[in-house]
Amino acid sequence: MKKIKNILFVLCLLPLAAFASGVEVKLDHAPIQTTDKLSLQRGAQTFVNYCLTCHSADYMRYNRLRDLGLSEKQISDNLIFTGQKPGGLMHTAMVKKEAKQWFGVPPPDLSVIARSRGADWLYTYLRQFYRDDSTATGWNNLVFDRAAMPHVFYQLQGEQSLKVEMVDDGHGGKHEVKKLELSKPGSLSKTEFDKQVADLVNYLVYLGEPAAAYRVQLGIVVMLFLFFMLGLAYALKHEYWRDVHH
Amino acid sequence: MTDAWNKNGMNGRRRFLIAATSVAGGVACVAWATPFVLSMMPSERAKAAGAPVEVDISKLEPGMLLAVEWRGKVVWILKRTPEMLANLPKLDPLLADPKSEKEDQQPKYAQNPTRSIKPEILITEGVCTHLGCSPVFRKDIAPADLGSDWLGGFFCPCHGSKFDLAGRVYKNLPAPTNLIIPPHTYLSDSLLLIGADSKETA
Amino acid sequence: MGKLMDWIDARLPVTAKWKLHLSEYYAPKNFNFWYYFGSLAMLVLVNQLLTGIFLTMNYKPDSSLAFASVEYIMRDVEFGWLIRYMHSTGASMFFVVVYLHMFRGMMYGSYRKPRELLWLIGMLIFFVLMMLAFTGYILPWGQMSFWGAQVILSMVGAIPVIGEPLKDLIMGDYMLSDAALNRFFAYHVVTLPILLLTLVVVHVLALHEVGSNNPDGIEIKKNKNPETGIPVDGIPFHPYYSVKDIVGVVGFLIVFFGIIFFAPEMGGYFLEYNNFVPANSLQTPDHIAPVWYFTPYYSMLRAATVNFLGIDAKLWGIILMGGSVAIFCLLPWLDRSPVKSIRYKGPYFKIALTLFVISVFVLGWLGTKTPTPLYTTLAQIFTVVYFAFFLLMPWYSKIDKTKPEPKRVT
Repeated sequence: MKKIKNILFVLCLLPLAAFASGVEVKLDHAPIQTTDKLSLQRGAQTFVNYCLTCHSADYMRYNRLRDLGLSEKQISDNLIFTGQKPGGLMHTAMVKKEAKQWFGVPPPDLSVIARSRGADWLYTYLRQFYRDDSTATGWNNLVFDRAAMPHVFYQLQGEQSLKVEMVDDGHGGKHEVKKLELSKPGSLSKTEFDKQVADLVNYLVYLGEPAAAYRVQLGIVVMLFLFFMLGLAYALKHEYWRDVHH
Repeated sequence: MTDAWNKNGMNGRRRFLIAATSVAGGVACVAWATPFVLSMMPSERAKAAGAPVEVDISKLEPGMLLAVEWRGKVVWILKRTPEMLANLPKLDPLLADPKSEKEDQQPKYAQNPTRSIKPEILITEGVCTHLGCSPVFRKDIAPADLGSDWLGGFFCPCHGSKFDLAGRVYKNLPAPTNLIIPPHTYLSDSLLLIGADSKETA
Repeated sequence: MGKLMDWIDARLPVTAKWKLHLSEYYAPKNFNFWYYFGSLAMLVLVNQLLTGIFLTMNYKPDSSLAFASVEYIMRDVEFGWLIRYMHSTGASMFFVVVYLHMFRGMMYGSYRKPRELLWLIGMLIFFVLMMLAFTGYILPWGQMSFWGAQVILSMVGAIPVIGEPLKDLIMGDYMLSDAALNRFFAYHVVTLPILLLTLVVVHVLALHEVGSNNPDGIEIKKNKNPETGIPVDGIPFHPYYSVKDIVGVVGFLIVFFGIIFFAPEMGGYFLEYNNFVPANSLQTPDHIAPVWYFTPYYSMLRAATVNFLGIDAKLWGIILMGGSVAIFCLLPWLDRSPVKSIRYKGPYFKIALTLFVISVFVLGWLGTKTPTPLYTTLAQIFTVVYFAFFLLMPWYSKIDKTKPEPKRVT
């Protein structure tokens, strides 16, 4: 019996061998704070100014931004550049067919990009563009190799360039380490730029699921009620089951 | 041999617990049903599509009729001439509801002789109150098919109902009530908002 | 009230059925935690039906509109997000509950005579459930919806002789497109639910005909009170199990709504990240994996890498995958043990069942990963373990050292 138990134990451990897998691109942790309405407002502003030129957010209505503490007038005056009514959807002016010709692939809709890519990916991606003369746009990206998207924030972040170093990996071999260095400063410092991107990614997370904050709030109420109900239901069961001989 | 259970029957505690659980269960059922019922209300898309419409009337000439769409319905904007306005009281004896006494047909601010906020501008739904056809604008005076009493108005070709240039319905014809005046307000002298009484309720 | 019931009963046997199936249906008094999952499965079914109906009010089964309509539900329909999450979480919870329900059967021998047909009906329910999950998952028309369906349909194409024309017939087109989406919607919303409901009714009728099993695996009908004819270890389902099942329901709802309100994506297992990208027939995702509840079978499909006995590996994979589900149907006849319940079975069965459970979890986990040579070997090993549980059962269940079953339930 003991032998069988030992074999069983070893069998359970076999799958652990699978953890000897390779490392993918390291992602920075995005400082998301979806309760910070001011951050979301700044993010919304960056979004309509820098992103909506090429990308759409076809499933988001402008007037939903009231969630962020803005009035319809503030939304209309500051965030709508396409002449749409506040009830309209965040379409982009760029025509998909033309975009495909210019970029090779139409810029994807961003409504649920934070749900498919994740906040960390977006935060890292938007900050890791670097100059690369071998691409069509002159830009490349460490997270998304040969991305068709140019560095829309180059005036804010400045220009980065890629430095590749060979480093001892401690096992007698060498592996590549890629680093980005700021070759030309932009109008914002690194901290300021990171903050702006963090606000934008914060907004993108909100954009992916505007009902998220309400969902959590409602959830707390529902859970409290359910626990109370569990107590009642159990008391009722216990009362009836006193009848049953065990 | 005895059974596996005692038929203890109902007692105070049992009754209380059943009642308490039932009440809590009832609350749970109502709470659970609420989102389902609410989901059937007009969605944001419906509300956006049905949102009030802004119309620029700066280029509207006297005697000109402009048609716009609001909530799937035709809404007419008519700039009435002084003659048209003067003719309105003359038609009172021919009308079913000359003083617009039926409350449902117009907002309070349109319950007046011209059925409008600004006397010269008529804003009305272009939907016949009989069965919903779209009446035809007939501003000509005393044409052959409409008779010598006709001082301009709207004629419905489906069943022959007639309305004057304030949208008031003629007597003894199928349509029972005056044309409906939608809620509207002036954002400025040239900008009209149809579908809301004021910017705030929009 | 009494007179009203008399009037109804003369025209529709309401009181008689109430007694037969509830107040005078005698169930063993020793039901434990594992016995909650039948009634919970019914609860989840009701949830799926109701949330499903409300989703159909706003969903559009057209390949150019489907993805957008789901986002419309999530954003523009009041509480649409809640209804959607109830449906997606419900789908995964349906499988959690049904797998646990099946496991109960495996532990306590609920598939043994005279409940073989009950078990087979249950297996049919499971097949219909898998079809429901498959047709339902395609509806959001995201990348995983499209490519998951593409993989499964190409498997159909691999069936010899009839495969390709059958695939075209199922899809209604030469490739996966709007035609398939629309008809899968019809199956998911009409055909399969009707089938499922019918099977569930038949399942309960079959159960009530022979009476419930219990954790000790002994037949309570063998020991009846001579005066009343009621099994001495039986208690009326109503009020005792109705009241107990309410506790089960509330406990389940705590888990269910906990997920819905706080973690509806469940780390990408209940709502896959890649499905938030609209379907693109020209771009295969790096990593196609089915939803978690299909991953063990997917592992087995991919584990077949060798052409063998004139049948190529791809077809073997399909045979293994189909076989891994179908083989459950043989359980009533594979189990030769003199006792029903694991409580009285010997060490062989206990070890075999444990190995089986481990293999299901490992195969499931492997199904979420991209195949590497190591993973493929692991999948092959555990596929063998999985099938060995069934195929060797006639032998080890016979030679196992069992304990004597008690006369009364414990």
